[in-house]
Amino acid sequence: MATVDNAVPPGESPEPFEETVENPRRRDYLSIGAVAFAGVGAGVIALPLINQMNPSEDVLALSTTEVDLSSIEPGQAITTSFRKQPLFVRNLTQKEIAEADAVPLSDLRDPETLEQRTKEGHKNWLITLGVCTHLGCVPLGAGEGENRGPYGGYFCPCHGSMYDTAARIRQGPAPKNLFVPDYKFTSDTSVLVGEA
Amino acid sequence: MSFPWAEQYRPKNPVMRWLDEKLPLPRLAYNAIGAGYPVPRNLNYFWNFGVLAGAALAIQIITGVVLAMHYAADSAVAFDSVEHIMRDINAGWFLRYAHATGASMFFIVVYTHIFRGLYYGSYKAPREMVWLLGVVIFLLMMATAFMGYVLPWGQMSFWGAQVITGFFSAIPIVGENIRIWLLGGYAPDQAALNRFFSLHYLLPFVIAGVIILHIWALHIPGSSNPTGVEVKGEQDTVPFHPYYTAKDGVGVGVFLLVFALILFFAPNYLGHPDNYIPANPLSTPAHIVPEWYFWPFYAILRSFTADFILPAKLWGVLAMFGSILILFFLPWLDKSPVRSSNYRPVYRIFLGILLIDVLVLGWVGGSEATPTYLILGQISAAYYFLHFLVILPIVSALERPRPLPNSITEAVLKGESGSRMSETAVGGEQAAPAE
Repeated sequence: MATVDNAVPPGESPEPFEETVENPRRRDYLSIGAVAFAGVGAGVIALPLINQMNPSEDVLALSTTEVDLSSIEPGQAITTSFRKQPLFVRNLTQKEIAEADAVPLSDLRDPETLEQRTKEGHKNWLITLGVCTHLGCVPLGAGEGENRGPYGGYFCPCHGSMYDTAARIRQGPAPKNLFVPDYKFTSDTSVLVGEA
Repeated sequence: MSFPWAEQYRPKNPVMRWLDEKLPLPRLAYNAIGAGYPVPRNLNYFWNFGVLAGAALAIQIITGVVLAMHYAADSAVAFDSVEHIMRDINAGWFLRYAHATGASMFFIVVYTHIFRGLYYGSYKAPREMVWLLGVVIFLLMMATAFMGYVLPWGQMSFWGAQVITGFFSAIPIVGENIRIWLLGGYAPDQAALNRFFSLHYLLPFVIAGVIILHIWALHIPGSSNPTGVEVKGEQDTVPFHPYYTAKDGVGVGVFLLVFALILFFAPNYLGHPDNYIPANPLSTPAHIVPEWYFWPFYAILRSFTADFILPAKLWGVLAMFGSILILFFLPWLDKSPVRSSNYRPVYRIFLGILLIDVLVLGWVGGSEATPTYLILGQISAAYYFLHFLVILPIVSALERPRPLPNSITEAVLKGESGSRMSETAVGGEQAAPAE
């Protein structure tokens, strides 16, 4: 142990002083302490240098988006922007809801029911990020006449991921369902995205 | 650091003598790229590509520094500032096309340089460190090229940034946070563009630094040569200057001819028209592909479509990075003591197959992800790893190499200096008699 107590001060030792782990000098203690202190200091200085790369306050300030649902007919979807990412807001038809409910959970890569992916009493409103969970492309299917893939939901043109009517991954390289952000209904025709 | 018969630097001019005492920079250059560096006498034109890579880096740095005087790394004006360079800046079109085409030329040269290393066993002892530093340079080049491609802030720039930073989100648990940290937001935007510009400006100088280490490590054992036989005496070498400065000069001339041909007659041939559409975060182009020099790796990334223990996405990312990282282990995977493939009849065939395999991967990576291409890509990706992990160790253990010449000079005098691959292969059939 590098303590001062068991160190023999140089000069008091009758024999030439030998440096060992059991027999350290007072100077070793000082140099280890000094280097360790400087190391901790360098580590602390590194923190702001790393942290500056995290999203800044103005980016975080865009954290909620209000969406008006009144003009979206059943079967229609709109693409809006949430945290500078595309957000799909879809008004599901009864047929699409029935199709999503008919899929057994065991068939799913990322098992979730449509209920879990929508809000109670608003099962027809499917609100997801329009960001493919594979590598972040915008899937097709929200626009009028776009290819919705064999499962009738969304189809990612980049690497061929296919999503069903509940925007759940069914085929292709994507690992997860399209992400459902936090949101709440502020009235029957408007939602606030970004807050639970 | 050099052979004992290397010429000594003896400045005659008193000013140079004075400088040599205070700061021996001319001496350093003399010993590194002048008459003071003895080089095997039988190097062929494949040995030009190191110098050509240096020339390509110099072109990139010079045109890049100039372009940075006119470019603005702000997501609102970046695209317009590039068009401003193209239309309004004096000779701006020339500088930008030179920089964009120069990047492709740099990769063409470096891929040839890497293949030279593979064919002639330049990665083997005692030059492992040269090879390892070379792989580091290659990784830095890829990072630099990717970030440079983002700067014009067109559709391919934006979606390339989205997809490539998406690789990091494949890391379990912390992946998404790493991605957000790298981008400084939830999607590529102002913060990402600005930091990419900063790093794109920085990394070429880091590359230049690692190149100095690469050359330093090379000059300890000295250059290899097409026979792979070590230098045995003074008769095996010639001074770098004037012999190889002249030979490299020829190579640089040919390089500049090809460069000018693309630059002036087909500057957009290697790019994507979609990148002339301003970035739109709400719409992905129908067919996104990276630049051609990433196609083989992109094909490997896309080859994984089904989960197997780990998610398919993570497999793809691991395999893609693994395909480059495996090169770090090459000096220890290939145990054959013979360096040059001219004397390795079996390995030579498999190296040819690997070359075709990588070209197929590149073709698949640049094509749309249809099922046919996907299967072709999967087979090619599997073969790529099979080559390094199975075929190479087995071949190097079992292969019976052709007899090596006793020395470089003997090979040269017999006319089998390895100047041309085909010529040597025929010449190598005969056993080299000892003198």
